[in-house]
Formats: sequence, structure tokens, C-alpha cells
Amino acid sequence: MTKKTSNTRKTGDTRKANENIVLEARGITKQFPGVLANDSVNFDLRKGEIHALLGENGAGKSTLMNLIYGLHHPDKGEVIVNGKTAVIQSPNDSIALGIGMVHQHFMLIPVFTVAENVMLGDETVKRGSLDRAAVSAKITEISKQYGLDVDPNAMVGSLPVGIQQRVEIVKTLYRNAEIVILDEPTAVLTPQEAEDLFRIMRDLTARGVSIIFITHKLKEVLAVADRITVMRAGRVINTVKPAETDSAQLANMMVGRQVILTVDKKDHKAEGEVLKVEGLSVRDQRNLETVHNVSFSVFGGEVLGIAGVQGNGQTELSEALTGLRSPAGGKVTIDGQDLTGKPPRTITEAGLAHIPEDRQRHGLVLSYSVADNMALCDYYHSPFSRRAVLQPKVFDENARKLIKSFDVRTPSPFVNAGKLSGGNQQKVIVARELSRSVKLVIANQPTRGLDVGSIEYIHSEIIKMRDRGVAVLLISAELDEIMALSDRIAVMYRGQIVAIVQSKKATREQLGLWMAGAHVETA
Amino acid sequence: MQSDKQSSSPVMRILQSISDASLIPVLAILTAVILGGIIIKMVGGDPFLAYKGLIEGSLGSKKALSETAVWATPYIFAGLAVALAFKGGLFNIGAEGQLAVGAVFSALIGYALPEWLGFSLPIYIHLPLAIIIGMLMGGIWAGIVGALKAYTGGHEVINTIMMNYIALNTTSFLLNGVMKDKSPTNVIARTPLIAESARMPAIFDGLRVHWGFVLALLVAFFIWWLLNKTTLGFEIRTVGANPDAAQYAGINVKRTIILTMMLSGMLAGLAGSIEVTGLNYRHELGFSIGYGYDAIAIALLGRSHPLGVVLAALLFAAMRNGSSRMQFLTQMPVDLISVIQALILLFVAADAIIRYIYRIKSKGERVVLTRGWGG
Amino acid sequence: MDWKRFSFIALIIIVLFGVVVMVGHTKQPPLLIITSMLATTIAVATPLTLGALSGVFCERAGVVNIGIEGMMLMAAFFGWVGAIYMFHVFELGIGISIALGVFFAVLTGAIMSLLHAALSITFKVDQIIGGTVINILAVGLTGFLNRQLFFGKLSVFGGTVPNSPGVLPTLHVPITELFTPICGAATTCLQNVQAINRVFDQKPIAIAAILLVFVSHYVLFNTRWGLRTRAVGEHPQAADTVGINVTKMRYANVIIGGMFAGLAGAYFTIESVPSFEPLLTNGRGFISLAAMIFGNWTPIGAWAAALVFGASQALQINMQIFRDVIPPQWAFLQQSYIVGLTPYILTMIILTGIIGKTTPPAADGVPYEK
Repeated sequence: MTKKTSNTRKTGDTRKANENIVLEARGITKQFPGVLANDSVNFDLRKGEIHALLGENGAGKSTLMNLIYGLHHPDKGEVIVNGKTAVIQSPNDSIALGIGMVHQHFMLIPVFTVAENVMLGDETVKRGSLDRAAVSAKITEISKQYGLDVDPNAMVGSLPVGIQQRVEIVKTLYRNAEIVILDEPTAVLTPQEAEDLFRIMRDLTARGVSIIFITHKLKEVLAVADRITVMRAGRVINTVKPAETDSAQLANMMVGRQVILTVDKKDHKAEGEVLKVEGLSVRDQRNLETVHNVSFSVFGGEVLGIAGVQGNGQTELSEALTGLRSPAGGKVTIDGQDLTGKPPRTITEAGLAHIPEDRQRHGLVLSYSVADNMALCDYYHSPFSRRAVLQPKVFDENARKLIKSFDVRTPSPFVNAGKLSGGNQQKVIVARELSRSVKLVIANQPTRGLDVGSIEYIHSEIIKMRDRGVAVLLISAELDEIMALSDRIAVMYRGQIVAIVQSKKATREQLGLWMAGAHVETA
Repeated sequence: MQSDKQSSSPVMRILQSISDASLIPVLAILTAVILGGIIIKMVGGDPFLAYKGLIEGSLGSKKALSETAVWATPYIFAGLAVALAFKGGLFNIGAEGQLAVGAVFSALIGYALPEWLGFSLPIYIHLPLAIIIGMLMGGIWAGIVGALKAYTGGHEVINTIMMNYIALNTTSFLLNGVMKDKSPTNVIARTPLIAESARMPAIFDGLRVHWGFVLALLVAFFIWWLLNKTTLGFEIRTVGANPDAAQYAGINVKRTIILTMMLSGMLAGLAGSIEVTGLNYRHELGFSIGYGYDAIAIALLGRSHPLGVVLAALLFAAMRNGSSRMQFLTQMPVDLISVIQALILLFVAADAIIRYIYRIKSKGERVVLTRGWGG
Repeated sequence: MDWKRFSFIALIIIVLFGVVVMVGHTKQPPLLIITSMLATTIAVATPLTLGALSGVFCERAGVVNIGIEGMMLMAAFFGWVGAIYMFHVFELGIGISIALGVFFAVLTGAIMSLLHAALSITFKVDQIIGGTVINILAVGLTGFLNRQLFFGKLSVFGGTVPNSPGVLPTLHVPITELFTPICGAATTCLQNVQAINRVFDQKPIAIAAILLVFVSHYVLFNTRWGLRTRAVGEHPQAADTVGINVTKMRYANVIIGGMFAGLAGAYFTIESVPSFEPLLTNGRGFISLAAMIFGNWTPIGAWAAALVFGASQALQINMQIFRDVIPPQWAFLQQSYIVGLTPYILTMIILTGIIGKTTPPAADGVPYEK
């Protein structure tokens, strides 16, 4: 795609460079049912470098790493570690070769202590019993050496995600890893925590550890990587140095076409309070209060974005607003109608469209057809049913209409929703929710895990709703998404709204500070 | 996704789905029958003679056919009970208990109501009343479990089993006590005979097959219609397929769970009521034992589809009915049928084994019928 | 196990014992009643304890096992048949025949659980369905073979059911002997010591069950095996990424669980009574699961819960002994059908969670897919 071939590091460089190469993947091909996840992929890692692997969701980055780590086996190709062809049948083999991996979804057991998690699979045993003291001592030693402060006796489930990530890194170092793979490590961190992670990464490379850094965030790779390899649709597109490239070029390589990095959004006047939340408190399933005394309003024709690191009460907030969870206190009104603690149907009928956080859990019945899913919230009233008898013809017509107008790629309305790609599944939900006449849209993580095309489409649909005068509450952990779409931004931290600002006046740095808990009066 | 071609013609779609759905059950039956033959050979019997006996005994004469229908009647009701619960994401292992409760109450209404009232009732009041009371009591019995599931999260699998033992103990208590047939010759734990006005008429003279069989077929059709064509059915299926999405879609999940369990219990209760009013004219301790497990096997073999349940019930009924002829011809004990049925169930449940044996590729996602203990 | 649940267990046991003492004190001294209740409780809790341990191992590794009932039934049958074959056909001695019977029972449990493991781990069958298949298969096979092996054409017994070589002996703990010189001529002292001695005089499987509770606790919470077992039950992917073979761990633990269920089966036909009848397990496999849940998937907790069920069964047995002295206002206690409801109703109350919610292993019942 790119014309800058000068940046390409050809395989089989000079002898000297080869001596530095600690890991090399040659011609890796992996076929999954229906997807060619890796197609003759070549990749190498030099000693003490941070090599970023960049690509959008589904580009094959994680597959490549899972192959190197031994969780999957390649159909073709070989992995060479420290100059020798490696036979990696299972993680045991890769661990023995000095490879460690920090997965995107942490591989930690919440009900185990840090020490138990760290030793799992590589236990120290004294006379038949686990030697917890010895393991704790070693963890403390590693903590000191690398500046990774963790308490070996803490229950992992009670630790904040930033600390859990450290436990994951300690896990690799405990096994004497010299190559560490970090899979989307910043997804769960605040910008400041991410900075902290980058510091740790540089410390590690200074001590001779080599790092593969997987991400889809352009800014991060430019900030921290020594080299960048871009993948798209299972292939390696190019390997470049950060100094010799820029965001636009990287985005182009990632997506394969020009990408408009900003959302086209006209100024729009917000009118009339639609959603009003006063002093809302919510408890989660463990009965802990995860939303405390939250108040805000969303006006017609505006997007209010709620920024915040995952797990700061956003899930419970949206569940309470949509009726999936009863609030512990406070008041919620839509257009003046009190809907506090009302069941989902009452709220839906009051004019809510809800794009749920977990599309496969809440938004769809995967074993149902696209047509049934598109009528999921309307099946019970006319014209979808008459006198409690369903009208399949109406289901069918409704589906055909929505498939066309929302460009859902499906062979027919009768195909099970589970067979569609993630982007098309989300489009089914968006079509169902946004085709109704609504006053308020609550969209929680509407683009998580989607490809760029679907993201652009869903963003434009959200803006369309706003321009039509609908109130939109957007909840997202992606700060870029919040900043691109919102008219106003609220920041959520530990169950509270710590700040609400006009989007135009907000800066990344300031938002990041608020997300990390630096309390400020509402600006 | 794109390669998975789906015909859009409704007739073709239906034919395709029938052949998809019946392939595994048919192969499972075939495999179990072959294995059953090997077992017969191993214990010194003649498998061909045994299966000949089985077929003759179940289909070979008018009387055989009638008896197969008689056996099939409770199987259809109980199988539908389990199948309906499966559709709603619930595993009802308690058909046995619900059936016993239905039978006890139908018998009670059948023999005691005229005594209490002091006059006899016409058949068009007494018979439906006996059936409906039995059905409702079965529904309440199961509804308790549904309510426990909805409001406390107590898992229906263990609770329905416990309710089975409670039903068994309680009916033993009643049939050995207040409800015992007091006639001087009786030593068995059973109720007196129900009044003539509570008995279902036979369809043909001289054959035992009664209108209950026709009712079972009608009920099967009704359940199919309910599940697939009504909003209630949509709600039951949605809660079964994904309770979180059901809640999101505004369905009252707790109410639906209780309702599903009650409907399921009513079907099982009907199985008991119909046995009392149509066949035995009384309830006898021990007659209901084993029906609960047979019902599970029938529901699974029928893929929880009402038509499939009817076919599976007919097959199981034919095997039970034909087994005495088989025993007469080959001295194979009737318990052999239980083994063959267990094997059928094994292969239907573990369709991966059948797919492996016959090299059939899996299409579509795995059906999740039950969930763990959670919560 | 929290205090709420332990005190509930203590309360129920005290109430059950109290009822028997109140009814029976005119016939026997309270100490004798209490010790005999205790002895019965421990004995009849044996299959429940072992069944619950079976469940603990399976479910800690992430496999739901409602087939314990069927495994017990099969093991009871094959243990009993095995002992009969050893004694009558191979003409081994009584002791060795009985011992081999226990071995066959445990082996049967292992084989049945291997089937369950294959269904739920390899074939990824819905685990509750898989367990139900085991239960149905057990009823069918034991019914068929019970007839075929004794009355079938090829039967070596030619149409009769021979006597089994017998049951395991009670192991005597010499407390009485120890105290005889201390008590001297005081007869009440000696009587009391003898009464207490009865609690400790148990049969081998009952004693093994109690030892296994503590061994299991140690293994699960203090060894490498236990840590890995719990890991595959909580988060199999996490275990996989540190090189633990999830499939192997699950298979091994399900088979260990099956061996416990097999030993529980041996209790019925080799330790309790020397005979087999169809459906003799009578739901105790399912009650074991309730004990496991109430014990929050811990061996010691499950044992405590099993004792409650044991006590309610002991109540039923003792009510038959004191049948003639039950006061008229307590007449319902004569009805064994009604007293017999106690364990089932207790199970349902426990499952409501009103005595404290329990948390199953996070991946319990979920097949592992990479």
C-alpha cells in the first residue's frame, strides 16, 4: 500500500543485525474456520527493543502472539528463538524459552492471592505443601528491582486494574521472561497510568528485556516504540521506525485507505432537558455502592459523553438508567416523567433507545434470526403482534427495511444473529434502537471491538440522532471517541461525576487527570 | 457467513430444518439399536428374534397398536412438559412428582367428589373437573420450584428432584392412609376406583386406547402454536435463549420463569390425570416411577420440538409395549429396553459422538439447555 | 463456611437430637440416646459425605456432576456383584471377597466418571444433561444386569441370587477397655463409657470418609494439585496460559470424584447391608450435591452439611425404635413418610440461600474452549 519502501526492513538483513534478533516468526500462516487469521506473516524482535504491533481489531495481531506463546499452533511457518527453531506446543514451551505474555483480558484468578496467581503453574513446594512464604519473598524482590509495587498477600480480585496489570508483568518476570508480549495493555488504563506503564516498559528494556507491544492506538506507538509493524487482514503491511512516519500514514496502512480521524460534526444547539438524573446511587451484584450520588442532565440535540476508565461505575449507571438494575437512591426522569426504578419496558416506551455495553449478552439473542432480533423490543405490540399472536410477515418486512437502510450485511433476515460479524451484529442493534421514534439514546461502548468501517458508520448514526434533536448519552472508555463525538464531557471516577466540561474546552491531559481521580470543581 | 447459503423459500427452509433436526436423532436410534443387538447377543439371545418380537408386539395387530397409543399418551404429555421447560431455559427433572400429584388429585376428585356433594355429577362436568384439577395441581407443584428459582435462585434441577421425593413420600402417606382403597380384599397402596362419570370413554369398543391419546396430540399442537406463534411463546423462548437480553427487551423474566415452570408442571400433571381418568380409573403407588426420566429422554430425542416429542413418545411407547412380546420370544428381560433407551439418550445428548461415528460436520452453534448453579 | 451456616447446622442437629431425646427419654437414658443418634448420624452420613467430596473435586475443577447418584448406584451394584463373584465363582475367602468388592465399587465409580468426563470435557455435552444420562444409564443397566446375571441364559448362578459374602466389620476403638480400670466398680461410669464408645465404633468406609474430608481439604488448599485444580475451575484460560493442561486436570479430578462416589456406593451394599435392590440410593447422590453447595464447595463445610442430613435420617431410624412411646400429640412422628421428608425440605431451604449465599467456582459447568 505505502510507497515508502525505504522504511521496510527486509528479512535477512546483515549478519550483525541477526545476532541481535531474539525472536523471529517466519512465514506464519493460520486458518480459522472462515478466516485466514495470519497469512505468511514475518516478524522479528531485537534484544532490548520495544517493537509495536499495530493493527485494527481482527487484523491478526493477537493470533500471531497466541501462536508464538503456544496457545494455538500455526498451519505453516516457524518461530525462531535466540537463533534456534523453537518447537512451541504449549505455553510451557514458550515459558521455558523465556517468553512471557500479558493478555488483554487478564489471566488472573480473582479469588487467589497475588502470590498464588504468580506461582500458579510454577509452584514452589516444600514437603508437599505450597511454600507461600518463599514465593512472596521472591515477588517482593522482583517488585523492588523493577519498581513494580505489589502486595503478595492481597486478593487479586480486590486490586484495581492498574495493579492487576503489574501482577501480570510480575508473573512473567517470576518465570525469568526475557521476551514480554503486552497485548493491548493500555485499554484499561488512564492516560497517566499508561505513562506509568511506558516508564516500566523502558525500565525493562534497559535491563535487556525485549517487548512486543500490541495496540491499535497510533499515539501510543509513536510515543513508545522503537519499531512499528503494521498488520491488516492477517498480513504484515510494513515495518517502520516512529521517526520516519506519522499518524496519518500509519492509519492508512492499518485500514488500507484514507481515514478521516475526526468526526464531521456541525455545531448544533441543545434544547430542552430530556434526561435528568438527580442524586443517583446504585449498588452492584456484590451489594457494593458503585455509583454515588450522581447528578447530570442531557439536553435534546446534544451528546453528553461520559469518560472514565472501565469499572468506575459506568456499567451500573447505564443499567440503572435503562431499568436493568434498581437504583439504591436518587431520581431519574425522561421529559419530566419519573422513571426511577421502573422496568426496562416502561423506560423504553417513554422514549429510550439503548445500545448496551455487552452486545452479545444484552443486545441480541444469538440463536434468533436477524428478523426476530430486530423486533426484540417491539414484538408485543401492534403491528408485530395482534391479540398476543405474532405476525411473522411484519417481522419480515421490518427486517428487510432495516437491513437495507442500515446496511446490515446478512445473507437473509432468517440467518441467526450469531453468524454475523461483530460489526454487523452491532448494526442490527443500532438499526433496531435508532429506527424507533425516541427522545433519548444511551449508547454504552457502542464501538468496542469493531473495525474502522463499522466505527465510522456508528459514529455517523449517533451524530445523525443528535442533529435530529435527540438527546444522546455516550459512555465510552475510549477517550478519543468521547472527545470526537461529545458536545459536553462528564468524567466518572469511582462512582462519581468528578467534572463536566464543554467538549471544546477540554484537553486530553486535563481529562486524563480527572479520570485518574484528581478532583476538581465542576468547570 | 456468506458461504452459508440459506434458501429463502419458506417451504425449502422448513424441509431443510426438518432434515437437519432429525438426522442426529435417527442416527442415535440406529446406533443404540445396533448396540442393543450386540448386548442381546452377548447375553445369549437372538437379536433379530428380539427385535422381531418388539415390532410385532408394538405394531403387529390392532390391539398392539392400541396399546402403543395407550403407552404413548402419558409419554407425550410428560415429554412436552420437559420440552417446554427446556425451551424456557429450565430443566424440569420433576415430571415424575408433578405427574403423581396430578394423578392423586384427579383420583380424589374422581372418587370422592360425588360423596362430598351427596349426588352424582354428569360426565361433562365431572370428567373435565377431574382432569383440570389434576393439571392445575401439577402446575402448582412445579410452580413452587419456578418461584424458588425466580426469587431465590435455588436451582431447579435439585429442587425438582427434591419435590419428586416429597411427592413420592406424601403420596405414599396418603395412599397408605386416608386415600387408601378401604375394600376388604385390598392390600395395595391405591385409591378406590373413580366414579363412572369421571372416566374417559374408549375410542373403539374392545380396545383400551382412549380419547386421552387424541387430547395428547391436540395439546402437542397447541404447545407448538403457543411457543412459536404467540407473544407468550416468544417470551418463554427469549428467556430460555438469553435471560439478560430478555430483561433488556422488557420481558418480565421472573414472571416468565414461574409461568414456564407452571405450564410444564400442568403438562406433567395432565399425564397423571389422563392415566387416572382414561386408563387405570384409580391411582396406584409406584405406577408413576420412571416416567420423569423417560420424559427427559423423550424431550431430548424430540429436540424439544412438539412434533419431535410426539414421534419420540411413540417410539418409546412402542418399545415398552413390544418388550413383553420380546420377552416371550427370547426371554430377554424388559429392562433391556431401559438400556437401549439410555443409549439412545446418550447418543442424542452427546451428538458429538454420533457426528464422529458418521463423520457429520457440525453446523450452527451448540444448544445450551441448562445453566450452572450460579447465584 | 461462615458462622451463620455453622450455627444453623448446629441448631438443626440440636433440634433433631432434642426431639429424639424428648420422645425416647422414658425408654432409655438421654446419654444413650444421644450417643446412639451420633453413631447412626456418622454412619448414615457416610455416603453423603463421600458424595459431597465427589462433587467438590468435580466442581472445583469446573465440571458439574449431577451423575453422582447414578455413579453410586452402579458402584453399589458392581461392588456387590463383584464380591459375590469373588466368593462364589472364584471361591476366594470372605475377607478378600469383600475387600475386592470395595475395589470393584471404586473402579466402577472411576469408569462411570470417565464417561462423564468424556461427555462434558471432550464432547462438551451440557453437563447437567450428561449427568442425567449417567443417572438414567445406571438405572437401566443395574436393572437389566440384576436380572440377567442371576436369571439369564448364561448365568452361572442358574436362577438364584446367592448370598453375598457379607459386610465390612465394625472397627472397635478400645475406649471401654481403657476406662474399665479407671471406672472400677462404678457401673454407671462404665455404662456411660460404653455408650460413648459406640460413637467411635464405626465401619471402615465411615472412618475413611472422615479421614478423606481432612485429606481433601489439605490437598485442595495446600498443595500444587489443589491450586491447579481450583485454577482450572475458576479461570481455565488463565491456567492454560501458565502451561497447565486444563483437560488433563479436569479429567483427573472428575475421575477422583468418581472414585469417591464409588466408595459411597460400596457403603450401601458392602458396608451397610449385604444386598442390592434397584434404586437403592434413593436420591442420596442429589442430597450430596446440596451438602456440597451448602458447604460452599469446601470438604469440611460439605461434611458438616452431610451430618445434618445424616442426623435427619437418624431421626427417622430412631423414631421406629421409639414408635411405642411417642406421645399422642407428636403422633406424626410415627409416620416415617412424613419424618422422611426432612432431608428433602432441608435441601430446598438451604438452596434458597436464606442461610447465606454460596459462590460456585467461576467456571463451574462451562466447557473450556481455547
